[in-house]
Amino acid sequence: MSGGVDSSAVAAMLRAEGHNVIGLTMQLWNQRRLAGHEGMPETVQGRCCSIDDVYDARRVAETLGIPYYVVNHEERFERDVVRPFVEEYLAGRTPIPCSLCNNHLKFDQLLIVAQQIGADKIATGHYAQVVLDEPAGRWLLKRPADRSKDQTYFLFGLTQEQLSRTLFPLGGMTKPEVRELARKHQLVIAEKPDSQEICFVPGGDYKRFLEAYLTEQGDTPADVGGEMVTTDGKVIGEHAGVHNFTVGQRKGLGVATGSPLYVIQINHDTRQVVVGKDEQLYSRTLRARRVNLISAAELREPMRVAVKIRHKHQPAAATIESSGPDEVLVTFDEPQRALTPGQAAVFYDGDIVVGGGWIEPS
Amino acid sequence: MIRRVYLDNNATTPVFPEVLEAMRPYFGDCFGNASSIHHHGQETRAAVERSRQSVAGLLGSRASEIVFTSGGTEADNLAIFGLARSGDHVIASTVEHHAVLNACKHLGVMGCEITYVPVDGRGLVDPADVKRALRANTKLITIMLANNETGVLEPVEEIGKIAGEADVYFHTDAVQAAGKIAIDVKKIGCDLLTISGHKFHGPQGAGALYVRKGTALEPMLYGGSHERSRRAGTENVPGIVGLGKAAELAVAGSKRVADLRMDDAMDDQTMVGARDRLERELLEIEATGLNGEGGPRVPNTTNIYFDGIDGEALVIALDLKGLAVSTGAACSSGAIEPSHVLLAMGLRPDRAKASLRFSLGKQNRAEDIDFALEVIPRTVARLRELSPLWSKIAVSH
Repeated sequence: MSGGVDSSAVAAMLRAEGHNVIGLTMQLWNQRRLAGHEGMPETVQGRCCSIDDVYDARRVAETLGIPYYVVNHEERFERDVVRPFVEEYLAGRTPIPCSLCNNHLKFDQLLIVAQQIGADKIATGHYAQVVLDEPAGRWLLKRPADRSKDQTYFLFGLTQEQLSRTLFPLGGMTKPEVRELARKHQLVIAEKPDSQEICFVPGGDYKRFLEAYLTEQGDTPADVGGEMVTTDGKVIGEHAGVHNFTVGQRKGLGVATGSPLYVIQINHDTRQVVVGKDEQLYSRTLRARRVNLISAAELREPMRVAVKIRHKHQPAAATIESSGPDEVLVTFDEPQRALTPGQAAVFYDGDIVVGGGWIEPS
Repeated sequence: MIRRVYLDNNATTPVFPEVLEAMRPYFGDCFGNASSIHHHGQETRAAVERSRQSVAGLLGSRASEIVFTSGGTEADNLAIFGLARSGDHVIASTVEHHAVLNACKHLGVMGCEITYVPVDGRGLVDPADVKRALRANTKLITIMLANNETGVLEPVEEIGKIAGEADVYFHTDAVQAAGKIAIDVKKIGCDLLTISGHKFHGPQGAGALYVRKGTALEPMLYGGSHERSRRAGTENVPGIVGLGKAAELAVAGSKRVADLRMDDAMDDQTMVGARDRLERELLEIEATGLNGEGGPRVPNTTNIYFDGIDGEALVIALDLKGLAVSTGAACSSGAIEPSHVLLAMGLRPDRAKASLRFSLGKQNRAEDIDFALEVIPRTVARLRELSPLWSKIAVSH
């Protein structure tokens, strides 16, 4: 229970259905920790684990008459989400902390706590559906009824064991229906706005966050500076650090040329940021590593799917085939713009999530 | 309704019926402001002063040396901020309650120097360390009497002696000792001592600071001349009356006076026996140990680690079964942080997080211990079965 509308509505629904419901909030990050550091806001208005959110969750639990606890997973969150987030940026990638949090915290640590305290399943406010494919004996992850809220992109890492113990009660509902349900149950958070940004990065300014975090750790990102080069190898300037760039980025390159330039590639080893024209951003293939398959145990032959390469991406038709252990080669029908290392490629067969993996530099 | 057993009496205790009865008139007919000159004021003034006498009786002080506060935290803060000034040096231990530790942290911001003396594996401060920490500008030593997490008793009499010889003020936070062991401020040799009513069956929101006559204490709150100008603000009369009654019952309990309806409450010997039985049987569980072993302790507390367990999950699992216990200190959201006390005693962080505190109150019965001993071992076993940490430990055993 984050103190938001979705997880609160889930608690209300399950309670109304007569389940024995226990509310848990994960304390993941101390928002005050970096407050006032290096241009970080002095006051804390972060959405994650703020005291206000915990109060809200507690009040909802009290309204529903369910036991409620806050569990501290700050250490694991820093180890498994925050540090990799920082390291990925320093390595010239664009990470997705929400997937890491789902894989390592929500559906791992929280699931363990839930089992330990005697719960059979965990339920979350994610917009997704879990169904058992009985003939195949597999748990399937499916897109939700409310496509505009689809969170399956962040859930591709869930294992069969995790899915078998998970409920997504909002999978068949639209957001307006969820709010209506919260109102009907007179939950104080019914009108609370949706959260958008990365929960531990206040204001969404990840560069400031990186600098504040590295300063706090006694580290400086200075040594990730390097050259800015064109695709044919010409040095056209310098940059202060690879973490300031994302593939496809146009603004803030710090170089002026006649035609618009875009980040095409970030080379961690040479610290070079390669820039070029928009058309150079397109490619037809990508390799997905550390692949997790959901709808099938393995990929025996090439498969026609639709692939999402970032959360807001319109899935594009592609063929996937196994290209090594836990590795999949994706060949798109049409070239796709800005395949970004660090992001996930998630494969869909209609509404069903086939699986997904992490986009690697080509 | 599930059966609920409460073994978290170091957090707070239920108010004794006698205490509630004593307080009741002061929520009703006896509503006067104790500073008023008329009948109503005289009535509550008398009640406040009777309570002051009772608290003085508990601590072996004069009534005039007792300052009523809103509780332990305020009393600790009054002692510390009432004495230390910028440029002063203050000595505290690493295992103090946050009411002292965070006050000292703020003293640092104000321009004081703080020395934190360590504790050994039993949780004990070495008085020689305190002596060595003394400087020419040392103003105050603040070291607790009994630790809230382990129940370990610090050598306050020796520290009091050192403070006396050095002519340095000595404050001791006795919140976890009052009502559990006999306290005599003269024997301790302290200048200031904190107690809190709700830790010994009095009400929440009422505490007191003993301030030895002649101590140059500045107030924190300015206003009227209440509490001899040491703590301004209209007295919390019902709370003070409750605190006074709880103090009387504590004194009576240790003297075993019969006519106070205390025959219902656990006496000290029974409590030690119950605590020791709980401890002994829990320590029979594989890969467990006593935190603070070898140190003298208050009769009601035991702190035990269960290797391979997430203490937080164990507290929740036990609560869902009806047993209330605790671990570490809760942060502002209510999540649990690894105990600074156990870490200061040298426990590995994973062991500190695998530790639970069990604290008995005078309302507890032998059946409560039976219940705890019935649910804890099987809950620990279930948690270990599901713990990735335990599978590693179990292999190495």
